[in-house]
Amino acid sequence: MGRQRNKLMFPAFIVLGVVFVLVARHTLNDYILSIINFVGIYIILAVSLNITNGFTGLFSLGHPGFMAIGGYVTAILTFPAGRKSMLLPDMPAWLAGIETPFFPALLIGGVCASITALFVGVPVLRLRGHYLAVATMGFLIIVQVLIINMESLTRGPLGLNGLPLFTNLWWVFPWVVVTLYVSWKIKFSSYGRSMLAVRENEMAAQCLGVNLFRTRIVSFAIGAFFAGVAGGLWAHLVSAITPGSFSLILAFNIVVMVVVGGSGSISGSFIAGILFTMLTEVFRPLEESLDMYGLGEVLMALVLIVILIFRPGGLFGSREPGFLIHNEK
Amino acid sequence: MSGGYVAQQLINGLILGSMYALVAIGFSMIYGIIRLINFAHGDVVMIGAFVTLGLAQVVGVPFPLVAVAALATGAAMGIIIERGAFRPMRGAPQVTGFIASLAVSIMLQNLGILILTGQPRNFAFPDYLQKVIRVGAVSFRVIDLCIMLSALVLMCGLIFLVQKTRLGMAMRATAENLDVARLMGININRTIMATFALGSCLAGISGLMWGGKFGQIDPLLGFVPGLKSFVAAVIGGVGSIPGAILGGYILGLSEVLFVGLLPPIYSAYRDAFVFSTLILILLLMPNGLLGKRMEERA
Repeated sequence: MGRQRNKLMFPAFIVLGVVFVLVARHTLNDYILSIINFVGIYIILAVSLNITNGFTGLFSLGHPGFMAIGGYVTAILTFPAGRKSMLLPDMPAWLAGIETPFFPALLIGGVCASITALFVGVPVLRLRGHYLAVATMGFLIIVQVLIINMESLTRGPLGLNGLPLFTNLWWVFPWVVVTLYVSWKIKFSSYGRSMLAVRENEMAAQCLGVNLFRTRIVSFAIGAFFAGVAGGLWAHLVSAITPGSFSLILAFNIVVMVVVGGSGSISGSFIAGILFTMLTEVFRPLEESLDMYGLGEVLMALVLIVILIFRPGGLFGSREPGFLIHNEK
Repeated sequence: MSGGYVAQQLINGLILGSMYALVAIGFSMIYGIIRLINFAHGDVVMIGAFVTLGLAQVVGVPFPLVAVAALATGAAMGIIIERGAFRPMRGAPQVTGFIASLAVSIMLQNLGILILTGQPRNFAFPDYLQKVIRVGAVSFRVIDLCIMLSALVLMCGLIFLVQKTRLGMAMRATAENLDVARLMGININRTIMATFALGSCLAGISGLMWGGKFGQIDPLLGFVPGLKSFVAAVIGGVGSIPGAILGGYILGLSEVLFVGLLPPIYSAYRDAFVFSTLILILLLMPNGLLGKRMEERA
């Protein structure tokens, strides 16, 4: 019985989502639609960081760095060739002539982020705990500095603007589904089990024949792929991309979602992603009307500290709600 | 490139290095005692700077007293942060404390923006501190000299305190092994609090120095010194006070020389340089230059 119900759960979720998207696109105004898009992008970010941070316990602050890579690659690929020569006259000729559709551009962006993760991961993933956190933070800052200085490709601190507005719910929702599906499949596969084992006790995992290094690097690269895709979606939602958007604050916000949801819990990251994006959107008009900028961040930080003190496992711990899980018998 | 130019750059590096070193000491002490990377440490620098500014320019307190006030504010902030955020979390995994410290840091920055607005403010010292001294080809202000000398005095004072007093002995014992220290009758809570207070008072006064050196302060100013001093602490070996001092000077000098001696196109890569150094050091010599070997966790 349980098994069948679970098999139906995922299609039910997709159907519900499609109905929601249809209804939303016909009834809601652009402002609210863009917020829903942001919610979707944050879900992708939180769920994908959860693969790296929650399953394998690699505390990475580099997620916005991968987002930036994916975002810039996607933006450069989709940018109309005619405007490229105007905005970016110094770009190498082979790149300037390229203009790809959105979907392959997103994929290439994600793959580039993933490849970077492989290269960065080989040395950096030897570090543990908060040393890894600090090294990935260093990576994030290095990415920012490089983007600012590669002016022929990125226009430096000005960023690229006037990107085509491709992103809408029909793009974001499928990617949310793919992210959830992939991370769900990983968690309940033997690979995911070895990731969780690495998180709980490296030495024990190694004794049981888990290849520590491979497990780590794969979870890092998968997380980076979805971060890159999310970066591409983001860039074509706000139609601009600047190095300043991919800051440590953003890294912190995504980490907060994972920790509050419960590291390792996909449903937790999903729900925390929705909650926090909605909360920030609620706070924004509040900050403006009270003329108290920064209030939202202060409250976010307070919520996080309180949760860390009183419920260090987050809302869900590592678990998923019972009605979603396969019945063992 | 003349000898005078190089000497001038060296002096600039030493000034920057003294400030990094003072902040790095706090990082190192706090890490040494409870294995916590305290990212809110940089924001104590910011608070120190604003308290100095408020006292000196709004209330009109004479300068030497302001310096004492900056020390006291730093210490008070350290104690508040430890009591409010880190003590309730003691015993949790290391990463929990790290996230909490990021949260505290973001909270302090945004409280700063909330209360003081994000507008940068001018930070001016009395004229007698702004006077320029020339020695050969090298010139610096009196305040720069004060920064270097007072940093040295404070460091010597701190090392004396840690090496020769009962409190210092308690700190070293706690850093070595918290549980055994507790069994020996050391009041752990008080010792950790004292460590936070000492480390943070140095950060508070380096806020004053930061303002005096760059002439402008804003609520986000703590971020950069916080990060860079952390790098300095890692270079020297986290947990070691002489290491933090050495790391601070090395980082200050190499940063200034990187910008001053290489062709100008490289200077935009300054931060990338600093953080690549950090990653390299973490990978190649994780114990830093003077750090003690930490045992591998099983």
